[in-house]
Amino acid sequence: MEARQLFIRETKAISTARRSLLMIESIPGIRFNEIVDVRLGTGEMRSGQVIEVGKNMTVVQVYGGVSEVDLLDSRVRYKGETLKIPLSPDILGRIFDGSGAPIDGGPKIVAEKYIDINGAPVNPASRQPPSEFIETGISAIDGLNVLVRGQKLPIFSGAGLPHNKIASQIVRQAALKGKDETFAIVFGAIGVSYDDAAAFIANLEESGALSRSVGFVNTAASPVIERLSTPRLALSAAEYLAWEHDMHVLVILSDITNYCDALRELAAMRGEIPSRRGYPGYMYTDLASMYERAGRISGRNGSVTIMPILTMPDDDITHPIPDLTGYITEGQIVLSRSLERKRVYPPIDVFLSLSRMMREGIGEGKTREDHNNVFMQSYAAYAEGNYLREISTVVGAEALSARDKIYLEAADRVEQEYISQGEFERRPVEETLDLAWKIFAMLPEEDLKLISQEFINKYLSKNV
Amino acid sequence: MGRIWKISGPVVVAEEMRGSRVYEVVEVGELRLDGEIIGLEQDKAVIQVYEDTSGLKVGEPVERTGEILMVELGPGIVGSIFDGVQRSLVTMAEELGDFLERGARTVALDRSKKWHFTPGVKAGQRVGEGDIIGTVQETGLMEHRIMVPLGIQGTLAEITEGEYTIEEPVAVLKDNGLERQLTLMQRWPARKPRPNKRRLDPGNLLVTGTRIMDYLFPLALGGKAAIPGGFGTGKTVALQQMARWAQTELNLYVGCGERGNEMADVLHSFQKLRDPATDILLTEKEIFIANTSNMPVVAREISIFIGITIAEYFRDMGYNVLLVADSTSRWAEAMREIGARLEETPGEEGFPTYLGSRLASFYERAGRVECLGAPDRTGSVTVIGAVSPPGADFSEPVTQSTLRIVEALYSLDVALANKRHFPTINWLTSYSLYADATRKWWENVSPDWSGTRDGALKVLQEEADLEEIVRLIGPEALPEDDKLVLLAAKMIREDFLMQSAYHPIDTYSTPERSHKMISVIMDFYKKAREMSAAGISVSEISSSKIIPRISRMKDTSNEDFGSYIIELSADMERELRVQEGGI
Repeated sequence: MEARQLFIRETKAISTARRSLLMIESIPGIRFNEIVDVRLGTGEMRSGQVIEVGKNMTVVQVYGGVSEVDLLDSRVRYKGETLKIPLSPDILGRIFDGSGAPIDGGPKIVAEKYIDINGAPVNPASRQPPSEFIETGISAIDGLNVLVRGQKLPIFSGAGLPHNKIASQIVRQAALKGKDETFAIVFGAIGVSYDDAAAFIANLEESGALSRSVGFVNTAASPVIERLSTPRLALSAAEYLAWEHDMHVLVILSDITNYCDALRELAAMRGEIPSRRGYPGYMYTDLASMYERAGRISGRNGSVTIMPILTMPDDDITHPIPDLTGYITEGQIVLSRSLERKRVYPPIDVFLSLSRMMREGIGEGKTREDHNNVFMQSYAAYAEGNYLREISTVVGAEALSARDKIYLEAADRVEQEYISQGEFERRPVEETLDLAWKIFAMLPEEDLKLISQEFINKYLSKNV
Repeated sequence: MGRIWKISGPVVVAEEMRGSRVYEVVEVGELRLDGEIIGLEQDKAVIQVYEDTSGLKVGEPVERTGEILMVELGPGIVGSIFDGVQRSLVTMAEELGDFLERGARTVALDRSKKWHFTPGVKAGQRVGEGDIIGTVQETGLMEHRIMVPLGIQGTLAEITEGEYTIEEPVAVLKDNGLERQLTLMQRWPARKPRPNKRRLDPGNLLVTGTRIMDYLFPLALGGKAAIPGGFGTGKTVALQQMARWAQTELNLYVGCGERGNEMADVLHSFQKLRDPATDILLTEKEIFIANTSNMPVVAREISIFIGITIAEYFRDMGYNVLLVADSTSRWAEAMREIGARLEETPGEEGFPTYLGSRLASFYERAGRVECLGAPDRTGSVTVIGAVSPPGADFSEPVTQSTLRIVEALYSLDVALANKRHFPTINWLTSYSLYADATRKWWENVSPDWSGTRDGALKVLQEEADLEEIVRLIGPEALPEDDKLVLLAAKMIREDFLMQSAYHPIDTYSTPERSHKMISVIMDFYKKAREMSAAGISVSEISSSKIIPRISRMKDTSNEDFGSYIIELSADMERELRVQEGGI
């Protein structure tokens, strides 16, 4: 990151180097939380952060650890300023690393503005509740777990599940219903493998979306500390495009699990008291300071929509990372290993998935008048079929009534026809709703309790 | 004036602070960030700062204010949206823009607005602390009663009707030759409970309009309840429902470390909703405190105390007040974070050892009291606290400490949420110790309340016992009696307990309506058992045309409800009769 170099000072008075911490003699002007450079006696440069400032002593955490630090020749250089990112509309189409330096071979960004990467919280009284339907072209999302502009909706995945494919598909297809407006994409790759990051960028390039995208890439081999700054750089860029340039921005952050592990690693080195599973007690607040940057603001045209992706360790949804995320985000898209085994793509577990903003984003004028009814009925029918599946594994399918068998078949059709679709298939929401009606047509009509008669008359006959 | 000596996250140590008090408010650094002294040692003061301390330097000034953190109380407070330290968020948005910058300064209550003051006592009268000297009609729903501040008494020399700002004197009090001016506004320290004449037992039902709460697990005015639930269990919607529809004179919604978009949704939706009894906009009886999860952690700690102080102030006017805190877990986490910075010895899961007592000091400020001053009056503060247990595991410290204090528990269930059964209050694990306190109230609605309630709870319990067996042998293999229990339980669950927060009619159910609904279902069950005993099969009974009509009770408007029930009961009487050979 190239920061404004107002003044640079340095000190050699390092009294202690232990674990990842340096105790240095305090120097006037050093600020709490600022990023400093540590120059080793060997000439190597590392960065560090001021985690405590005292009159006599300042504590610096060195990223990359204190190996090879000596107390005689190492120096700490500081700027008297906290981390800021240079921004201008030229960032579109560019790829940066986790410190904000370009890695696509292009020129440095000439800053129109410097922004503190931590952002400033939006005044809750200025927020506009999100309500504009985003059509992703994926039935399991558009029909049952609607995404709206300004929402934060994570994907809870597991190792080996196709979350990257789904994210790529959303990036390719997402658009506001009925309008040609597309999204600017901000992509933050946090500790992912080089191949994954490259594949994602290649996907942007192929679909022609790269020119409206910004990437911040911290691969598994990049410095751990930059896992903490990468998503914040991405979000600062997103906010800049949304609030200063009226753009609708979709932020994809992957993988939050790597982020949290970095947070834990650095907290442990500071000797902090751990909370659940060794993660720091402030992880909720820390995650919230990122996720909460999603939203809409009254009177401004832009929006920031965030889709964080995380892999649940051992597919455990009660693990602190998905758990705390779920408490902050407005719902979650959960991927299921059992659907994946049935070769269903996208393997979205409809029961565990949820969009809290759905109700605001659907209905007449937004999607279609029957959407809410169809959603409730699809859900109920699929749940009934699923319950009967469970029963039939114990008592055998023969013990079920004819009606029950219809529901079993309906549940299979929901998975094979409704949830399943092609990786490059873009289904309009009307088609998604009609698909549901096709499945309703096989159910006894009196079971369609959750749909008003008016819609049954209008849509059911069409699909019988 | 002191100087910064050390900075560690939200905790700042300042030197040259001799003479300051613990809990005194200070302004820290060149940005003048608000903070509170939480410890003193020699000339050093340990300060918790309400805002992000990034960028502060050693040696920056620390200014004392000489005051501890006070809450401003007076007309203009109702309908407000405050942050965690009682700054008006609306004023801040107007003056400072859409983002919260550090060190922003704004008063809580509007100083320039004029209010019409109507005296309730005459000059020459002797008044003491807590006496009501007059009123201001603050909103359509709130008559703000102006009280003599605590610790003050004397003879009224002057009191005049007219238009006043909250700082202009409306009356002059004389006591032993000393003169004191009384204004519409008074102030009270946030951390100190407001006194009262006498505490009373909680009594009377707090009507929330949510059937499972009102009918099965009633909450009493002045009671304290907890709602624990994992994410996605509809906790926020359940709390919003209470803040919306609770039949109290004032509701406070403290959003403590929760989502910004949800807070925005609450703020916007309340501006459209109307009180069912008076048809006046709900914002006229509502106060919001919004300290979202990305706002400073330390302010989260104090926001809860600011909320409860405002609640007590309105209680002292003789009102019933409901305070909803979402979520106390985030509040406890704020304490944990500050405790860790102070290098305190941690208790369970890193929470401070005083977690239990701090939680108690908040919940214990709930209660029904005889208020200080004349005229005689009673008021109450009811507290409902949300708990967000990690991994929906109720054995964690915040849930457990809370359960030792509260007397009603509404436990939200992930399994119910996955079945889209809302509200997800689990009827087997929830409880209320206020059933006795509210019995008299309910028996005015219907003398059968206790019996019907017990009957419904029994059926639900029997269903739970049978479920295990069903999973093994399938529902078809059960004896007829048990099938009937399953049928009745399903009706109780789906036609009574399930309640849509988004349905214009179903969202609020009056106690009378709730009682009639459950009575119809229990009546059906009774008749069905008689039929079954006479040899009619359960599958025949469950095809009765009465059942879908029972399901539609929920959606029937309040105007048509009475006649709908009368008709339904009559048809049920006719159709479900053994003598005529069934249905």
